[in-house]
Amino acid sequence: MTLEFNATIAARNVKLDLTLDAGETLAIMGPNGAGKSSVVQMLAGLLKPDSGSAVLQGRALFSLSPGAQWLPPHERGLGVLAQDPLLFPHLNVLENVAFGPRSQGRGKADSRVSAAHWLQEVDASELATRLPSQLSGGQAQRVALARALATEPELLLLDEPMAALDVNSAPFLRSLLKRVLAGRSAIIVTHSVLDALLLADRIIVMDGGRIVESGPTAAVLAHPRSAFAASLAGLNVLQGVLEAGSLLMRDGRRVAGRLVSACAEAPQPAGGLEGMAAFAPSAVSVFLAPPQGSPRNCFKVSVGELEPQGEQIRVRAGALSADISPAAAAELGLQPGTEVYFVVKAAEVVLYPA
Amino acid sequence: MPVLVLPKTSRPAARGHGRTWQYTGVPRWVYLVAAVGALFILLPLAGMVAQVNWGQFGALVTSESSVAALVLSLKTAAASTALCIVFGVPLALLLARAQFFGQRILRALILLPLVVPPVVGGLALLYTFGREGLIGKSLTVVGVNIAFSTTAVIMAQTFVALPFLVLSLEGTLRTAGQKYEAVAATLGARPGTVLRRITLPLVLPGLISGAVLSFARCLGEFGATLTFAGSLQGVTRTLPLEIYLQRETDPEAAVALSFLLIAVAVLVVALTYRAPKSPLRALVSQEDTP
Amino acid sequence: MTLFNKSAYPKRQQLRLGAFAAGTLVLAMSLSGCGPAATGPGAPGAEANTTRTAAAELSGTLNVYAAASLKTTFTVLANEFEAENPQVKVSLSFDGSSTLVTQITQGAPADVFASADNANMKKLSDAGLAKDSPVAFASNVLTLVVPPGNPANITSFADAAKPGVKLVVCAPQVPCGAATKADAAGAGLTLSPVSEELSVTSVLGKVTSGEADAGLVYVTDATTAGDKVISIPLDLANPTVNQYPIAAVSTTKVPELAQGFIALVTGTEGQKVLQNAGFGAP
Repeated sequence: MTLEFNATIAARNVKLDLTLDAGETLAIMGPNGAGKSSVVQMLAGLLKPDSGSAVLQGRALFSLSPGAQWLPPHERGLGVLAQDPLLFPHLNVLENVAFGPRSQGRGKADSRVSAAHWLQEVDASELATRLPSQLSGGQAQRVALARALATEPELLLLDEPMAALDVNSAPFLRSLLKRVLAGRSAIIVTHSVLDALLLADRIIVMDGGRIVESGPTAAVLAHPRSAFAASLAGLNVLQGVLEAGSLLMRDGRRVAGRLVSACAEAPQPAGGLEGMAAFAPSAVSVFLAPPQGSPRNCFKVSVGELEPQGEQIRVRAGALSADISPAAAAELGLQPGTEVYFVVKAAEVVLYPA
Repeated sequence: MPVLVLPKTSRPAARGHGRTWQYTGVPRWVYLVAAVGALFILLPLAGMVAQVNWGQFGALVTSESSVAALVLSLKTAAASTALCIVFGVPLALLLARAQFFGQRILRALILLPLVVPPVVGGLALLYTFGREGLIGKSLTVVGVNIAFSTTAVIMAQTFVALPFLVLSLEGTLRTAGQKYEAVAATLGARPGTVLRRITLPLVLPGLISGAVLSFARCLGEFGATLTFAGSLQGVTRTLPLEIYLQRETDPEAAVALSFLLIAVAVLVVALTYRAPKSPLRALVSQEDTP
Repeated sequence: MTLFNKSAYPKRQQLRLGAFAAGTLVLAMSLSGCGPAATGPGAPGAEANTTRTAAAELSGTLNVYAAASLKTTFTVLANEFEAENPQVKVSLSFDGSSTLVTQITQGAPADVFASADNANMKKLSDAGLAKDSPVAFASNVLTLVVPPGNPANITSFADAAKPGVKLVVCAPQVPCGAATKADAAGAGLTLSPVSEELSVTSVLGKVTSGEADAGLVYVTDATTAGDKVISIPLDLANPTVNQYPIAAVSTTKVPELAQGFIALVTGTEGQKVLQNAGFGAP
């Protein structure tokens, strides 16, 4: 099964083109308003683009460019799971899951058997007779997943399925999704790097209605080209020109690092090559005075904000960030506005061509 | 928007020692003004009840003409409410959900019976379905005579009551949104299935409150019925017409019948309030659950 | 009284009063001089009263509550009254007689009440609200009306009683219905109407719109409807005659105006207007 999809919506400034291979899970990431949900809505048949087409395994979902063909949502054979479970409030859990099979024309008893099977798949058999109002958020989302799977869709569309869940319910659903998505074609819109890493084979990053980055998940997160992808990975990314083991930034500052690229050993072009320098916040040390010693990159910055990052404190200063221990932060007396020096060893900086 | 607010009797708010105090944000003076407003409605009712001759009440309301009027009123109001549902649900769906040219004008026109005097409505019906009317002329040719029949009463009542159902249901449809319908469609449900299994069950409270309002409006209909249908005992003389007529010669009977009309209306409203286990109410309590 | 009126009207207007008083005096004298008004009980007293007060000052607002069937005639008469007394404003309120009498007994600010029947005037008297004995000023009888095409080919009262004829009448509870019942009994007919309307206006409406084949209305209603209906006299030996009484309301604050207006209605001019409209002599 493959999906070929391209569409433009002038009103939302969306223009994109993507494909999906059989059994592949694609994560769509990007800032709010990037057009991620529009992709899901267009594929589901809930939003009509101005032009474009979508072909799912040789079957046209819609084709607006030359002729005009538009399959209504109920004929598309896609499963949709949104942030809000949207379980039908007047039907109990089993009836909710049986709704899809029933609507596809299967018998009442047959649909119930199928519903019971899918409830078991999401470990929710014991909830069968409850009403949606009697479920927790995590339970409801599991039932909603079972409901989407019960129609045995050719493509599963997940629109931030875990965004509304609390920290205790999310891991359970995440591992459930990992099990369910294995070998399935799916598109998952998410804000979570962890979800993308764990669930997706490939990732696209959208910004302003366009795909700004795409590739295997690990590769994109390891070598982000866009500021958004970098912020997702938590990496510090600086842009400039690669010059002999260092990156010359536009403001004239130079960042030393290790070049990891196929062309690392190749002769440098005369004018230098556009490149990036990336380093993890955990590699950054914070000082109140400029430190001694040469093999280090030093950035004089003004502290913007402090926020918890796991066990650490993340110190944000402009485009850069550093992770330090709470004790160190207290010792330094860091506050927004404090002038500090971010220091990172050259060995921790990865340079790569843009 | 005249959507009746359903009392939240099924909510577990009264657990333990009564309701837990919750911030409401209602200024105190609002209570005062609201009390004046409530009294303005309740006092005239009390004034009328005080006028009822209870000793004669039974005899007054069981006279042949009174019973005939009450039975006719209940029958026609029930039939009109059914018609309001049949035509009002599609209208409300189109107004709330569809997008088409002239939608706003259509809404304004459908709500017209709310603002024109019922007598004008009756005249409009007369000039349309009457013997010399726009459509009535053709109907007469094929032997259909609407004027002076119970059918005319039902048409007059439906004409004035339809906007109540449409307004109430359209409001509920808009509040409910289309998310559930969209989900149902992605699950493979055809639009007809979505309407039957999702939309209608979800907006049932709005449909019921709209139907109750329509029924009440039908019970009270006077002007359009008088103008379009006439007044004949057992055929077209509904309770309000009977009250008006009794008032000429027997004010006591008129007061007794007025009380009866109010009692029937209150009974219908009270009964339908309790009947539905509203799915939307379940939604509300779901949101309230921590 | 003078204190109130002096404060209510500016000097400029008071100066003109002499001229108006003279005019009104002439009117009052002409009213008293002839016509059926003089035959009414208490009429001489009323005109004497009017004359005297008119000479002083006839001004203010007069609220006249009159039966709906008097709308055309009383509108004409009110205009005349205002023309003759430029300081006077007549406010007219038309409705069913029973509605009006209910309103007056509940405190509505009526100065004059003109009823379409004696029964409703009696309610006013019984409530102690009639200032003097009511005076009959007009009468009315029923007639049969059919729409211009006369679809049911009705030529007599008996035709209207035939089965299949869509006959519309007043309900027996209202005055025109009581008269209908009596006239049908007088003619030895059993009526089977398709509708018993709550007012004579509704009956006329059903006929003029062509909805009904025939209706029983007052002669005056038929006159007002003009060529929108064809009138067929009932030809009864003893038709039911409906009396129209008029009286001042005892709570009136402008008794002189009330008397003046009643004098106009019962006088020559009033009678002329009423009889042109089809009313019979009282």
